[in-house]
Amino acid sequence: MSILKNHSKLEKSATLLLITSLAVVTVGGIVEIAPLFYLQNTIEKVEGMRPYTPLELAGRDIYVREGCYACHSQMIRPFRDEVERYGHYSLAAESMYDHSFQWGSKRTGPDLARVGQRYSNEWHVQHLIEPRSVVPESVMPSYAFLKDKPLDVRLASINLTANRRVGVPYTEEMVANAAADMKAQANPDADSKALEARYPKVKVGNYDGNKEALTEMDALVAYLQMLGTLVDFSTYDETAGYR
Amino acid sequence: MRYGLGIILAGALCYLTLMGAAFAVDEPFRQHMWIAVFVLAIFTIILMRKTNFEPQAPVDESAYMDEPIRYGVIATVFWGVVGFLVGVFIAVQLAFPHLNFEPWLNFGRVRPLHTSAVIFAFGGNALIASSFYVVQRTCRARLFGGDLVWFVFWGYQFFIIMAGTGYLLGITQSREYAEPEWYVDMWLTIVWVAYLVVFMGTLLRRREPHIYVANWFYLSFIITIAMLHVINNLAMPASIVGSKSYSAFSGVQDAVTQWWYGHNAVAFFLTVPFLAMMYYFVPKQVDRPIYSYRLSIVHFWSIIFLYIWAGPHHLHYTAVPDWAQTLGMVFSIMLWMPSWGGMINGLMTLSGAWDKIRTDPIVRLMVAAMAFYGMATFEGPMLSIKSVNSLSHYTDWTIAHVHAGALGWNGMITFAAVYFLAPKLWGRDRLYSIRMVNWHFWLATLGIVLYASSMWVSGIMQGLMWREYDEQGFLVYSFAETVAAMHPYYVMRVSGGVFYLAGGLLMAWNVYQTIRGRVRKETPMGMVLPTHGTAMKPAQ
Amino acid sequence: METYTAMRHFADSWGLLAMTLFFIGAVIFAFRPGSRSLADEAARIPLKDD
Repeated sequence: MSILKNHSKLEKSATLLLITSLAVVTVGGIVEIAPLFYLQNTIEKVEGMRPYTPLELAGRDIYVREGCYACHSQMIRPFRDEVERYGHYSLAAESMYDHSFQWGSKRTGPDLARVGQRYSNEWHVQHLIEPRSVVPESVMPSYAFLKDKPLDVRLASINLTANRRVGVPYTEEMVANAAADMKAQANPDADSKALEARYPKVKVGNYDGNKEALTEMDALVAYLQMLGTLVDFSTYDETAGYR
Repeated sequence: MRYGLGIILAGALCYLTLMGAAFAVDEPFRQHMWIAVFVLAIFTIILMRKTNFEPQAPVDESAYMDEPIRYGVIATVFWGVVGFLVGVFIAVQLAFPHLNFEPWLNFGRVRPLHTSAVIFAFGGNALIASSFYVVQRTCRARLFGGDLVWFVFWGYQFFIIMAGTGYLLGITQSREYAEPEWYVDMWLTIVWVAYLVVFMGTLLRRREPHIYVANWFYLSFIITIAMLHVINNLAMPASIVGSKSYSAFSGVQDAVTQWWYGHNAVAFFLTVPFLAMMYYFVPKQVDRPIYSYRLSIVHFWSIIFLYIWAGPHHLHYTAVPDWAQTLGMVFSIMLWMPSWGGMINGLMTLSGAWDKIRTDPIVRLMVAAMAFYGMATFEGPMLSIKSVNSLSHYTDWTIAHVHAGALGWNGMITFAAVYFLAPKLWGRDRLYSIRMVNWHFWLATLGIVLYASSMWVSGIMQGLMWREYDEQGFLVYSFAETVAAMHPYYVMRVSGGVFYLAGGLLMAWNVYQTIRGRVRKETPMGMVLPTHGTAMKPAQ
Repeated sequence: METYTAMRHFADSWGLLAMTLFFIGAVIFAFRPGSRSLADEAARIPLKDD
């Protein structure tokens, strides 16, 4: 009966208690998290996915900064009503470059996973300035200050570099041209050939309607307009994404 | 020299943050560093004004170290009121969106301020203070570490200030309940390790052969939170003088890591150490040992083992693999058993003393807390069932569930602990007013009922509206229509929050008067006051 | 057999059995006859002094 005697040892040794309880709490985490880094359906790449352009990334940083996740999800579940309301259910690969993910947990406002290209740039700008002028029932705060806030172009390359360090496949060329790409995407008059070569399917436009300045409004609208548009579901093989 | 090390550390940190402000690459970081400079400079100056060079009296190692606990109780009450107030504010914003004041007071920035204030500031201070109290009494030993204890207290307050002001400036990772950015996270890690050292050191120098079970719960809380915090916050800063960082993980892996953290913030921050409070303060207040000590051992091991698996139930029907979702669901349902085992253990401690519910409002708070714990831990497993979750997820039902647990269980057991501690720590015979505790109890209960029921109705209603089809097979409601339908319930929720806040203010007043040493003249609870003029006469 | 299926089978059978037995063992462990006096003694710790 020596095991039974050891039991009281555990109750009387603080160190043993510390180590044992730490061991007990690590089991679940290891079993659930570790396999995700190896399993095929969580790491596969889907046709069309590319890293964010510098302007989109800046927009995403604003989305993160303003805590939009508190009211908007970016994860469409495979239910009839959600698919009809928001579009094709979300794939794992669609958030593969999201550091961190913004799936959210609450829909005080609608899901945004596929909001891109559903509304015009003008609609988004108007909606962000005064949400209730376009959606009377809305309870969203106003974000008018974004159109007056110049976008900090200097941060483009350091932000790309940080993303590169955590595994987003930005090339050195992309990092070197980050600031230029950022400006080019918000200026329809600029030569955007190089930008389009680096970031396929990129949408160029004067997002905030103000030609004079590159603002945070440009960045946020550019980000919203690309959400969920990268994967072409007319050519997507449903069985590949089965989960 | 008194406070010598404190002055040097605070001064050095002040200088470091000043450098941060000077070389900042982004504007929010510069502003945030200026706030840090300001706070640290004031702190350093206060310490310098209080210092002296006379030889200090030797510390009485046989006495308990209670001064930091007194500060902790005051901080708990203060941050509680702040957290409830911010909660009421964001509830009003959802009902009346014109009350958003961009950019600093927009809902998206204030909401994490509310969650962090109530969980980490109010809850965290209650846990740190109560753990220091309980570990000393049950080990019959003075806290280990000397001034390190003060570092834990003030370091933690500094963390709260930096986290909270950061949100308002737009410095956030937007990871639920892990919003602070990388440098604030690093600071918390240092403070937390110091906390572990103090707690563990006290356990090691105990004069009691047994480690009382409450200390097991506290200890597993401290180490598990350390593990969760460090792994979930692994991130790459864009610059060491900038506020922005990018998570080490992305997409699915990031989601599972975050909810492994997020759910266990509920488990190991809001459940396990609050159970420790239950295992100490309930037996103390009713003056009888815990119903079954051996059940508490089974309770401990099963709850810490099972809880850690439950995270994926926050990700049902998402792009996370099915097997992980199912695992999360199964373990969540299993959790029901140890949760109720613990609740029954706590409630049955009152057997033979049930009349105290009538006469002692502190016991009443404790019983209500355990009852709400039982309700929340029944609702939780139910919501983790995938088919239920398909309706409840993304709606206010989740909010109702969280608040039933947080306001009912965490709030009420903390209020009870504060009311228990205040007279003891300041050497008073009793609280300023027992009847005010009773008022607090009813205000809080009414607040919770209003809050939870309005959110249940709005959550289930919105979930059903989203999926409602007409005969032709079209969706009946646009999203905006479902938002409009929420309005009356959002107003009702505000009233619930106001009641709860009013209870908190009453507690602040009661504790303040108790500290001042005042005693309110009042009829004791549970006694019938003889009607005026018909005073009893002695028997003939 | 695919790794996933193999692991799933293991979890549904032997893994489940092992965890159940471990749990029952732990309960017996805690409630073994000799532990009563120890537990009663430990349970009184908070009531000893302030």
